[in-house]
Amino acid sequence: MNRNVSDPSAFLEKRTWNRFTPLERTSRFLFYFVTLAAIVVSLQTIEIIPEFLLDAPEQIADMFNRMWPPDASYYPSTIHEALMETIHIATVGTLLALILAIPVGVMVAENVTQNKFLNWFARLILVSSRSINSLVWALLFVAIVGPGPLAGALAIAFRSVGFIGKLFGEALEESHKGPIEALEATGAPWFSIMMMGYWPQVLPTFWSVALFRWDINLRESAVLGLVGAGGIGVALSTALELFYWDRVAMVLLSMLVVVALVELVVTQIRKRII
Amino acid sequence: MTQSAARQDLHAGPQSSRALVINNLVKEYTPGKPVLSGISLEIEAKDITAIIGPSGTGKSTLIRCINRLVDPTGGDILFMDQNLATLGGRSLRNARRHIGMVFQEYNLLERLSVMENVLSGRLGYVSPIRAWLRKFSSEDIDKAFDLLEQVGMSQFADQRADALSGGQRQRVAIARALMQSPNILLADEPTSSLDPKTSVEILELMTEQARKRHIPVMINIHDVSLAKRFADRIVGMSAGKVIFDGPPDQLENDHLKAIYGGEDWLT
Amino acid sequence: MSMTDTKSGGPKYVPKRNWWVTLAYLAVAGYVAYVLSLFDVSGERLAAGLGHGADFIARMIPPNFERYNLLIEGLLESLQIAVIATTAGVILSLPIGFLAARNLMPAWVTWPARAIIVACRSFHPVIVAILFVKAVGFGALAGTLALVVASIGFIAKLFAEAIEEISLKQIEAIRATGAPFASVITFGVLPQVMGRFIGFTSYQLDSNLRNSTMVGIVGAGGIGGTLFAAFQRFDYDFVAAILISIIAVIMVAEGINNVMRKLYR
Repeated sequence: MNRNVSDPSAFLEKRTWNRFTPLERTSRFLFYFVTLAAIVVSLQTIEIIPEFLLDAPEQIADMFNRMWPPDASYYPSTIHEALMETIHIATVGTLLALILAIPVGVMVAENVTQNKFLNWFARLILVSSRSINSLVWALLFVAIVGPGPLAGALAIAFRSVGFIGKLFGEALEESHKGPIEALEATGAPWFSIMMMGYWPQVLPTFWSVALFRWDINLRESAVLGLVGAGGIGVALSTALELFYWDRVAMVLLSMLVVVALVELVVTQIRKRII
Repeated sequence: MTQSAARQDLHAGPQSSRALVINNLVKEYTPGKPVLSGISLEIEAKDITAIIGPSGTGKSTLIRCINRLVDPTGGDILFMDQNLATLGGRSLRNARRHIGMVFQEYNLLERLSVMENVLSGRLGYVSPIRAWLRKFSSEDIDKAFDLLEQVGMSQFADQRADALSGGQRQRVAIARALMQSPNILLADEPTSSLDPKTSVEILELMTEQARKRHIPVMINIHDVSLAKRFADRIVGMSAGKVIFDGPPDQLENDHLKAIYGGEDWLT
Repeated sequence: MSMTDTKSGGPKYVPKRNWWVTLAYLAVAGYVAYVLSLFDVSGERLAAGLGHGADFIARMIPPNFERYNLLIEGLLESLQIAVIATTAGVILSLPIGFLAARNLMPAWVTWPARAIIVACRSFHPVIVAILFVKAVGFGALAGTLALVVASIGFIAKLFAEAIEEISLKQIEAIRATGAPFASVITFGVLPQVMGRFIGFTSYQLDSNLRNSTMVGIVGAGGIGGTLFAAFQRFDYDFVAAILISIIAVIMVAEGINNVMRKLYR
């Protein structure tokens, strides 16, 4: 606002009103400019081959033609086992992540662990876990433990620690002080304060985060097979390499069904416990 | 009075005497269970009318039927030579511009500034694009500053509405309603969320501003003493019907018993 | 496990014995043991894995930045993919999210909009990228399209939810002034959801950036192709260089994102 209320002369001039202060306007303008520039530069320099684009509708039609009808026989022969493996990878990976995330979450919560170095160290673990995509984790673990579902489960676990640990740590930091102070006042040992002061408060968040991550992990573990880390991705990758699009279609269809089922289960569990 | 007679009456009489005529208004949210069962009221041009009655008796529905935030099931609402009950689309929006409304919970745009909230009273007059770009005319901006001064909020013009107290919010809401240059002011429990002192201040502000502009006010209010103190006329409702209609000094305990039921609370 | 369980005389942790919970834990332990046997996990294998891991890390150090040309080229392409995909995704998400909001739109509008959102969410971006590689060939376009799909699935869904959670009181107040529909949206709806929308967008930009470094694994452009190739050639020092660069870019982007979020609170 450009008007000074305490200054009587202001009443005489034309009163103006602007939504933003000049500084706000400048920073907003700068932001728009940078965004636009990034978009324009990206659009100009990205390598797109126009011939490929023109060809796309034909290719898509061809793809659907080859996909239909899906090869149902691929399900009993290969998909079923791979699908079960995917579910195992996601579940065991999530469980391992939960176990790993508890100490890291406790360490990162500044109200629980009053040690700057430990806080920082835990944060480093969380950030690196989240910054590396699960596919990269899978590549790393394939290199370490060899191809197969174990690499997949480890990849899922290491990727999920950052996610679960961060949210768990935040839940700890947001917990109410009252019960904890009451426990501290009685001179309770650290472990008792943790189990009786914090744990009951963060329990619902902890399980709901775990459930949420399990849901995500089921989708993620489906692609790990593309880099050899087991699960349905292996079946997909085999079918793709041989251009068996009807088998690809069957794999995708099975994934859809599983994702839908899991969504159903997760919402049911959520309704029951939360 | 029949429907046509009422309309004729409105047309015939001088515009200044009857601002609003409600005729046999019926509202049923579920068929067969009327919330309003045949309300008829005539609002004089500069009356301050308080509507009292127990919760759930349709006071709020009555007010909301007038500016059609609620669609009535039957009956007429005659205002500015139009039957509001049958309007739709643009003509309804144009009619709404002349009806200011103050809500129980202020209904401010929480994340926008006080100034933007007051200017939002002009939205019926300003094109959407100009409104979006906040290009309000200098007359509108001038008027908004004047109104903010009149409601005592000028130093808050650039504050966000969610930073204000309840009384301050209601002041801004009154300024927003007046910004419409309304021909009538509706208020739906404007003081129910406020403390007693602020309630009196808000009612004083509202009635004073309305008298200055010679516009009628319809206030839903559950506080009978406040109603008696500020209104020229009191309408008592019970079970969707008007059972008392008269000046405050005629409102006796017997009437209150009939409106609210029981009598222990009166002592 | 509530505090009332404790007897007087100082807090001691005395859990109420709940046999169902104990049973559940046992079942989980049994399940894990079964899966581990299925996965062929043994002490030897883990020990060998540790050895491999040490070897692997040794070969990553020091990171090799010699082929920085390849590295920068790939990273730039990933950035381009992320920026364009987010932009296009946001532009498409706004109307779709709007149409999917059940409190503003009738059911016959929300249904198709919700179906689009569900379809966009059902597959992992890398799988969508595979399909687009088939449709438009190898390269950045396939990756971009895949991430546009992912962005719609995320932003449109959350945007619709944000709209469904808005306070109808503010809308009521704007309607009562006689404002046209468009002004009801710009004054009654947008201010309530804009902050959150900016939040989703910046989150999605982040997520698209991460994924744009991955879609290359299936040939859809970006640094992922280079990374995958380096893995397959056992160039682990180059792998380390790529990973460090990706993490650095993601962290810088996160910093910029935080500034942006503050600006638009």
